[in-house]
Amino acid sequence: MTYQIKLEVFEGPLDLLLHLIKKNEVNIYDIPISLIAQQYLDYIELMKDLNLEIAGEFLLMAATLIHIKSKMLLPQEETVSEEEEGEDPRAELVRRLLEYQRFKDAAEELGQREERWRDVFYHPHDITTEGEEEVMIEVGLFDLIDALREMIEKIPEKMSLEIIPEELTLRGRMTAVMERLDIAGPEGLTLWALLDKDTTRRAIVITFLALLELARVRFIKLLQVEGSGTVRVFRNEN
Amino acid sequence: MEDREIKGVIEALLFISGEPLSPDRIKNVLEEIDRGKIKSLLWELQQEYDMRLSGLRIVEVAGGFQIVTPPEVSQWVKKLKKIKQSARLTKPSLETLAIIAYKQPLVKAEIEDIRGVDSAGVIKGLLDKRFVKIIGRKDVPGRPILYATTKEFLQYFGLKDISDLPTLKEFNELAEEEGVGSLS
Repeated sequence: MTYQIKLEVFEGPLDLLLHLIKKNEVNIYDIPISLIAQQYLDYIELMKDLNLEIAGEFLLMAATLIHIKSKMLLPQEETVSEEEEGEDPRAELVRRLLEYQRFKDAAEELGQREERWRDVFYHPHDITTEGEEEVMIEVGLFDLIDALREMIEKIPEKMSLEIIPEELTLRGRMTAVMERLDIAGPEGLTLWALLDKDTTRRAIVITFLALLELARVRFIKLLQVEGSGTVRVFRNEN
Repeated sequence: MEDREIKGVIEALLFISGEPLSPDRIKNVLEEIDRGKIKSLLWELQQEYDMRLSGLRIVEVAGGFQIVTPPEVSQWVKKLKKIKQSARLTKPSLETLAIIAYKQPLVKAEIEDIRGVDSAGVIKGLLDKRFVKIIGRKDVPGRPILYATTKEFLQYFGLKDISDLPTLKEFNELAEEEGVGSLS
């Protein structure tokens, strides 16, 4: 006789047993042990056929089931009265199954809570408080040079050949940077924003030197958001 | 200070705090107000939010109060903030977590007794996710590690405290409900 078995994934032997008990609609306090044991073994056989890894626990349970079955096959001693029953060989298994079922139910309830609560959001901790300033790190020289190189690479080649009529001075550029930072306020400006008006290599280099000079004399701060490459320029308040 | 003002302060504190705020912590800020008063105002505030049916709620979770967005608005919140949700917990994880939550503190062998399978990997995963922590060692031979659930666990499942978990079903109740047979 063959069973049509739809393979579901069971977590462990207890889970599989509960499934078989439910499927056969049998009383958990009076498990027809030979039926259930047979189906259990068929299941393991199927798992083998499918090359599923069978955990040792499954085999241990198989042995337990066979052991219970053999115990039940032994002729019951005809005791004097029917009420005086010996310990049912299945009792321990039933206790374990019910205990497991309790937590299976509890897990399901947790799962429902999870479903509901994972869609509940709260305001993230994004206010910088004292001692939490390390979110921004000071920019190293290499990061700046990287940024400069990227910026220069972005200039269309043709533009870089144009002759700039205006006079560019370091001092003039330093003043311009400070003015722009004043307007920007405490948020500061990204390096990109500061450089975006410069369309020639020379202009970029001069702005860049202006930034370095301003940082050296501590008029400005150059910070980088940790993890990202973005460099932000801030006016130094003190 | 009038109640209305205190309530306003409490609301502001809840808004700005990134985590559940306990009445005690609110008391640390509003020193002159007694704790009972803070608690009753918190509940009033909570009710006001509920009745207003706004996009915000005040929930009591993990030992404190917190302003949150309810699930009804989550699809839009997620769209704006591009929130990356972690995958849901697996069945073995939920099961193990349930056992730890109800029976804590307990050792690995007790978990495995109930589940009937090796649970080392699952426990490690729960430790990594910070839903479970090690709280010491049991005073028996071998001194096995004792596990318990964390504040993050409460927060994730929206529980006030561990007693907020639904009570476990009784055996006979189970047998009937689950259709696994009934008492004869």
